[in-house]
Amino acid sequence: MNAGSFNPNYFAQGLSFAAPEIFLGLAACAILMLDLLLSDARRHWTGVLAVVSLGVTAVLVAVQPVTGRVVALGGLYELDPMGQVLKVVTLIIVAAVFVYSSDYLRRRAIFKGEYFVLGLFATLGTLVLTAAANLITLYLGLELLSLCLYAMVAFDRDSGIAAESAIKYFVLGSMASGTLLYGMSIIYGVTGSLELAAIADAVRNGLGDNIGLIFGIAFIIVGVGFKFGAVPFHMWIPDVYEGSPTCVTVFIGTASKLAAFALAMRLLPEALGGSQQDWSQMLVVLSVLSMAIGNIVAIAQSNLKRMLAYSTISHVGYVILGILAGTAQGYQAAMFYMISYVIVTAGAFGMILLLGRQGFEADKLADFKGLVVRSPWFALMMAILMFSLAGLPPFIGFPAKLGVVQAVLGVDMTWLGVVAVLFSVVGAYYYLRVVKIMLFDEPVDTAPLGGSMLMRTVLSCNALLVLGLGVMPGALLQLCQRALP
Amino acid sequence: MMFGGHLLSVLIWLPIIGGCVVLGLGKQPAAAKWLSLGVSVLTLLLSIPLWTSFTTGIATMQFVERAPWIATIHSQFYIGVDGISMPLILLTTFTTVLILIASWINVAKRVAQYFAAFLILEGLMIGVFAALDGVLFYVFWEAMLIPMFIIIGVWGGPRRVYATIKFFLYTFLGSLLMLVALIYMYLRAGSYELAAFQTLPLTLTEQTCIFLAFFAAFAVKVPMWPVHTWLPDAHVEAPTGGSVVLAAIMLKMGGYGFLRFSLPIAPDASRELDWLIITFSLIAVVYIGFVALAQRDMKKLIAYSSIAHMGFVTLGMFIGYQIVVHTGRTAGVEMGIDGALVQMLSHGFVSSALFLCVGVLYDRVHSREISDYGGVINTMPMFAAFMVLFALANSGLPGTSGFVGEFLVILASFKANVWFAFLAATTLVLGAAYSLWLVKRVIFGEVANDKVAALKDLNGREFLVLGLLAAVVILFGVWPAPLLDVIRASTDHLAQQLLISKIAP
Repeated sequence: MNAGSFNPNYFAQGLSFAAPEIFLGLAACAILMLDLLLSDARRHWTGVLAVVSLGVTAVLVAVQPVTGRVVALGGLYELDPMGQVLKVVTLIIVAAVFVYSSDYLRRRAIFKGEYFVLGLFATLGTLVLTAAANLITLYLGLELLSLCLYAMVAFDRDSGIAAESAIKYFVLGSMASGTLLYGMSIIYGVTGSLELAAIADAVRNGLGDNIGLIFGIAFIIVGVGFKFGAVPFHMWIPDVYEGSPTCVTVFIGTASKLAAFALAMRLLPEALGGSQQDWSQMLVVLSVLSMAIGNIVAIAQSNLKRMLAYSTISHVGYVILGILAGTAQGYQAAMFYMISYVIVTAGAFGMILLLGRQGFEADKLADFKGLVVRSPWFALMMAILMFSLAGLPPFIGFPAKLGVVQAVLGVDMTWLGVVAVLFSVVGAYYYLRVVKIMLFDEPVDTAPLGGSMLMRTVLSCNALLVLGLGVMPGALLQLCQRALP
Repeated sequence: MMFGGHLLSVLIWLPIIGGCVVLGLGKQPAAAKWLSLGVSVLTLLLSIPLWTSFTTGIATMQFVERAPWIATIHSQFYIGVDGISMPLILLTTFTTVLILIASWINVAKRVAQYFAAFLILEGLMIGVFAALDGVLFYVFWEAMLIPMFIIIGVWGGPRRVYATIKFFLYTFLGSLLMLVALIYMYLRAGSYELAAFQTLPLTLTEQTCIFLAFFAAFAVKVPMWPVHTWLPDAHVEAPTGGSVVLAAIMLKMGGYGFLRFSLPIAPDASRELDWLIITFSLIAVVYIGFVALAQRDMKKLIAYSSIAHMGFVTLGMFIGYQIVVHTGRTAGVEMGIDGALVQMLSHGFVSSALFLCVGVLYDRVHSREISDYGGVINTMPMFAAFMVLFALANSGLPGTSGFVGEFLVILASFKANVWFAFLAATTLVLGAAYSLWLVKRVIFGEVANDKVAALKDLNGREFLVLGLLAAVVILFGVWPAPLLDVIRASTDHLAQQLLISKIAP
């Protein structure tokens, strides 16, 4: 590939690779326009079209014949199995999130097209980030995602707490982006390239002990740690999770976590694989702190969204466990963990959305009291999700935990595996408390559950998937294995 | 062979699927009860061929099934039984039927969920005993906690939430350390098969770490002193059915774990650390025996008596190393293990019977305090006869199943060290003391109060349950030979296995 001269065939091929992203971008613009023409009564078409365009994009991604790693568009864009899997998962999860959110938005009378349009652009950002072969594309995707998220958090204009969260998120997020960018610039300075493949070559060929490189890695770890929400860069997570409208929290908790994972995988193993020793050590600290602080502080929470925020922090610690092992098995395990985690999280926030209604956000633990009396079926679904988060078999959280613990044991860090399982005992306590509240306590609120048939169906499928993939994790594990050989 | 060689799978999945169906019958409690009973009786009937078609005299796994499961970690759906696990599976199917019959009318709320929980629990427990793959074993082992957590938490007594969370976290902590050990051995052996773990050479340090990890899982489950404190709480708060399943089966899983994992996988570490187990066991027998004596709550008394009896079980398992040290010969090692296994089964029957007896009284008087009773024999003669029988069995009276196991273990201890035998034998005194004193205070004497005076004797349902248990207790007491025949080959094999060093050259 010669970036200097323009080759129309090569460019056309590149465009065909990027067809899903291009389609999603165009669809988002079209939906934005269309939404202006729709009356409030027909506003639901915005949501329907958004979900349809996500579905079409997912199909476009899934049918791409991906065998190995192919770089296109002048070294800016890459197509590889990992990206393909992550994109499809992102698109499906976002579609589910839109379905969950529609009901909630309508019931709270904030059913606006902006939510869907911003969501689509944020998804586009995730896709671009996932497909990046160049630091510039990576940053472009990340900023597209982040800016949409800032706006989405503040999207309920009348909510003071949401505005506060948005500002907090924006200020801290910009700082993290800046740090990341600074790290990237150092890497560029040291290696002389923005292309991930070229950086990887330069690092492997004798840059290992370069002090500048290690400096750059440290900044990149800070940026990645922030996007993940790993301790000590986690401060924004609880406030943003609690303050945002729940339909945005679920988006941040799922799509942006997948994006953070893609970001980490592109930057650390792919570009900086040669200095794995260096960043592994930094990640060990992040991982242990995240598991500890996340799990311990979650116990003290009485707000379910805030509890799930700390739970996210702890789970990120487990994902990092897989990454820091630095082996193919570790990366696969981390990817499996991330995918399983977003499936469960989507369901858990979906439950909060289901229980919420006009003027009432069901985000307190106490709001779930005696759910088994109000709706045995959804109490069962929520119990499945909580047991899965606790890492109990036969739910998907178990093979995920098994994988990451195996990854650290595989590189002779048995102590880290022991630390990981010990903190998951601490974690089990607060998940069990949710189950206790739903199953053992008497209900205080006897209002019937809301939610359209569609939402109830999707939510049930989501929870049953957690059980199904827990009993039969083989297929998804194999998918991760093929994605990261 | 029935079901084309899939008998064990059917035994695991029939109750689980049945339980899920029952769960859907929330609005028709009567139908839920009958369906549950049907499923559990069918499971019991189907489990009988395990015994009748069992080939005695060989230690290899039987009724083996193997199917691919999680290819990426080489984990298979690999199940089978030998002489150690087969009787425990029968104990499970038998006990579940009794529990369901015993719970017929005294569960007031969420009846379908209650029965479903026990059915699902039954399938998972059979899975634990049948699994021959590390991951599969772990999945069943942990999944089992969920229905038990819910059974205690929903249908339990006033402090049920505290008790059930304590139960869950205690066992969860131990199990996770076992998980780390399993993964470690998988990375060494390249397979999760238990047979591969058992032949894997390991250094003494590795074995010691693995042994301690398993110890954390199994000692909590048994439970051994000093990690037993969850058990009295769980027993007191659990509904009768929950107490029965805890005492009869769940505690046996700890003992089963020692036999299936600790001894054959880490024999050298077991030899090095046998003093630890023997000390804890003897403390359980003697100290917990005294603690039982001091209880004022009937369920708590039986719970402590369970801990003491399980101390006997672990003593029998690990006394073999001392026998070799003191006599220089291996004769008698298998006797200790035989005794431990028989004691586990016997305790399964006797302790469930005692808990059911307490349940019978509790249903009528709504009190478990010993001081609220007295002279029950005057109003409930039939019940009194059963209760006395089971109390005697609990204290190891010859002619009951309780005697066989205790006798074998004491005999094995005698070969090792007279003082071990002496301390172990104090159970004959202490067990008799707390069991008979319980009977004296509750059953005999003058009618204590109006509530006791108003008691009605056993109804047909209760008579059936206690009668079946009494028959089994006496049958194995006077004629233990069939049971010993079934287990002998496997325990002999284990006795050889645990004496062969597997330290890596």
